[in-house]
Amino acid sequence: MIRIEHISKRFKKLQALDDITVQLIKGQVVSLIGPNGSGKTTLIKSILGMVRPDKGKIFVDESPINGDPDYRKKIGYMPQIGRYPDNMKVGQLFKMLRNIRNADEKETDSFLIKHFELEKIFEKPMRTLSGGTRQKVSAAIAFLFDPAILILDEPTAGLDPLASEILKGKILEEKKKGKLILITSHILSDLDELTTHIMYMQDGKMQFFNDIETLQEETGELRLGKAIARIMKGEKTDKNWIDKMFEPENDEKIF
Amino acid sequence: MTKKYFSFFMMKLSRYVLYDILRSKIIIAYTLFLFIVSMSMFQMEENSSKAMLSLLNIILIVLPLISLIFTTIHYYNSYEFIELMASQPMGRTRIILSEFAGVSLSLLSAFLIGVGIPIFLFAANETGFALLFTGSALTLVFTSLAFFASVRARDKARGIGAALLLWFYFALIYDGLILLLTFNLTDYPLEKIILALVSLNPIDIGRIFVVLKMDISALMGVTSALYKDFFGSGTGILFTTGIMLLWIVIPLWLAVRKFRKKDL
Repeated sequence: MIRIEHISKRFKKLQALDDITVQLIKGQVVSLIGPNGSGKTTLIKSILGMVRPDKGKIFVDESPINGDPDYRKKIGYMPQIGRYPDNMKVGQLFKMLRNIRNADEKETDSFLIKHFELEKIFEKPMRTLSGGTRQKVSAAIAFLFDPAILILDEPTAGLDPLASEILKGKILEEKKKGKLILITSHILSDLDELTTHIMYMQDGKMQFFNDIETLQEETGELRLGKAIARIMKGEKTDKNWIDKMFEPENDEKIF
Repeated sequence: MTKKYFSFFMMKLSRYVLYDILRSKIIIAYTLFLFIVSMSMFQMEENSSKAMLSLLNIILIVLPLISLIFTTIHYYNSYEFIELMASQPMGRTRIILSEFAGVSLSLLSAFLIGVGIPIFLFAANETGFALLFTGSALTLVFTSLAFFASVRARDKARGIGAALLLWFYFALIYDGLILLLTFNLTDYPLEKIILALVSLNPIDIGRIFVVLKMDISALMGVTSALYKDFFGSGTGILFTTGIMLLWIVIPLWLAVRKFRKKDL
């Protein structure tokens, strides 16, 4: 469904993406992980055509993405930091998105609008919303048009546990429908139950892309997080980051 | 079919741009300002062509400045909207042209209401229409230039800075340079060269276009007679329209080209 061929992107001094080649297919739930500034968001924005790569090609459903913007109909995108027109009210935002796609309210997927109880704040302007509420709006927009591909950039960061569970349930449901779901996250444990594939990035390079079973076989660990930690230790990459990532998990066990 | 779809889509987006602009109320204040200034000019001056001259001078200074600043600020304020649209199935050209359509339409209506109504009431003659034509053209030219500057500039401060520089250049510095040139080369026949140089500044060409429609132009000597021959004729009108069109289309085209390649 998404084929990325040798893409590179440089921002001034920073090599954000360095010759990345990967193919993602239907039914996969891919966890894109890596430290801050490793190029995860740049990769996602390249798929969406918001960042223009210096080199390489991206195909969505076998057609290259430069040219017709219609391929974005197939993609639901939830940004890391959702930024919306300040003066627009929440209700207007949804109405506008439906309007520009010529979609009726009945045709769209309002599951998250309903379960996040966004209707209550339909009259509020976007600028008054808290970070978490914004995230809820972003999530509801991503799922609104029942897209075949979902790209979620740090979906659970900033959400309260309840909302986080609702979102996870929704992702699981979409997974069952055989959609391609690409999720970036720092918190590994959050995604354990959903993920089928892991893609690990560092310094703009893709370190590995594997399915969970292979990872677990190779490392003999059941927990995803630990499996990755093993892999990381085996490969000579920056171990500090992965150690830091597991600190809260150790705390959990102590208390 | 695709073309129809295209314009339909544009209107749809422009509608939201317009809606956003109208809500900020700045454009309404601008309309009122233009209306009050024009009305008071016509009220104060007995002679309507004198009033026209004062109005022309105000318009030539204020219109480009407001168009540049308003467009630049609007562009940066709607960055979120642009970003959101870019993640939807919508081409970059569509997005930027809708923004342009929305901004230029609102600035244009502000001008046509604010200045157009007084002119219709007090000076519905050839000069009046020339003034309306020049004002409309200048609004579009400077909106287009502002889009070019803001798409290129990396942040708001640079964008507004660039817009102000453009205004200084076209409204003040350029005229100074031409004056310097004529002053130093008075012995040479410069009329044609100056005519060419003037075409490089939309404000100047607009000024000449209107002034030569006024009676006072007879007072301005031989040079003016030459220009009057040229600008008074059909070719002159075509020439002015053509130059103005180029000044609208080229910066806009450059802005679209840059915007298509830009990282959002």
